[in-house]
Amino acid sequence: MTILLAVFLLTMLVITAVAIVRTRDLFAAVMLLGIFSLLMAANFFVLDAADVALTEAAVGAGISTVLFLGALALTAARERESGDSRWLPLVVVVIMAATVVYATFDKPALGDPNAPVHQHVAPWYLSETPRLIDIPNVVTAVLGSYRGYDTLGEVFVVFTAGIAVLFLLGSGRPGELFSRPPDELSTGGLKHHLIPRVVGKLLIPFIILFGLYVQFHGEYGPGGGFQAGAIIAAGVILYALLEGETRALAALPESALKVMVIGGALLYTLVGVVCMLMGGNFLDYSVLSTNSVAGQQLGIILIEAGVGLAVTGVLLSIFHAFAARATA
Amino acid sequence: MQLLGLYNYWVFVVLLMIGFYAVIAKSNLIKKLIGLSIFQAAVFLLYISMDKVEGGTAPIIQAGVPDQIYSNPLPQVLILTAIVVGISTMALGLAIVVRIKEAYGTIEEHEAAAMDSEA
Repeated sequence: MTILLAVFLLTMLVITAVAIVRTRDLFAAVMLLGIFSLLMAANFFVLDAADVALTEAAVGAGISTVLFLGALALTAARERESGDSRWLPLVVVVIMAATVVYATFDKPALGDPNAPVHQHVAPWYLSETPRLIDIPNVVTAVLGSYRGYDTLGEVFVVFTAGIAVLFLLGSGRPGELFSRPPDELSTGGLKHHLIPRVVGKLLIPFIILFGLYVQFHGEYGPGGGFQAGAIIAAGVILYALLEGETRALAALPESALKVMVIGGALLYTLVGVVCMLMGGNFLDYSVLSTNSVAGQQLGIILIEAGVGLAVTGVLLSIFHAFAARATA
Repeated sequence: MQLLGLYNYWVFVVLLMIGFYAVIAKSNLIKKLIGLSIFQAAVFLLYISMDKVEGGTAPIIQAGVPDQIYSNPLPQVLILTAIVVGISTMALGLAIVVRIKEAYGTIEEHEAAAMDSEA
């Protein structure tokens, strides 16, 4: 039964992808991309990756769609005929596909417990996490502790990308980055559409609450800073779409977003530095407390908080930068 | 099961190539970025397909179930962070497209290139 569901979902993914590439209506392509992400999230869930499914649903189907729509509002809604021949790219793609498909015959079948990927460090993570860190969610343990240095790098990539977007879209208007004279669009939101407004307003508190739950329950169930950041950002973006940019910025002003972005990245780094000052290695949380297990847990909670703050701040700053450009 | 053991990987290849086709064949810059995000999602699918262990469940350890098989947590961690990094870099790409539109008045690659060669 699960097999049938998986095959169905994967086939739907291919159909959706073909439709996305074929349509010349960019608005339709973006909407289909949202459906594609949701199908992808369902696939991840079938493949036992609950944490990843949660992230893909919040980021792919939620925030990515909004950002693409923001970009469409600033550019063009339709793709023009280029007149170039489609045959050369098609031939290249078919040859490459054939090569990679040939290579897949060397891969172990899906779910094979003897596949090389399951022989290396993964069994160690699964068997030692209860003893060393004592939290149920091994994904959070790997993310926060064993590979904490990688995660710090990822947070700084997100941070840098956010700053680069602000550089590109915030220029030309001195002073406050997101401020502009209030007009119908920026103050109005969807005020004239009763049903989305009422339903949306009912949903927002629960989305934020769910985001906080995902943040603070990430050690026990699927969740953590990356997922929570994306979910909370999606909740605030929904508020901005319903009530207008001005009200959203009044609730969570630009200065607060700046503090979140910088504070989140700094909090993560500081935890690492404190570990060094207390005699351990960078991001080795065991020294944070007299009990090494408690120290690990404390470290993970702190860095997850840093990740959550930074991701929420960056995603909202990016959204506001696009929205401000659109109504400027 | 044996027959469909490689189906995930074939879908990965097809999605990868659909995304790649959009990147190389389409002239519209937004469409190229959409193709890139399909390409990216295909890579995510490859990694997550590799984490599956037959009869396993999500790697969240349940107390009192000693013989439970868990899927591999490592690919999940890699892809979890990659998704959030992916949306940030995608936003950067979109921001560049917006600036290209403002500078050239078009987001079609061949039109912008024609303007460059005239100037």
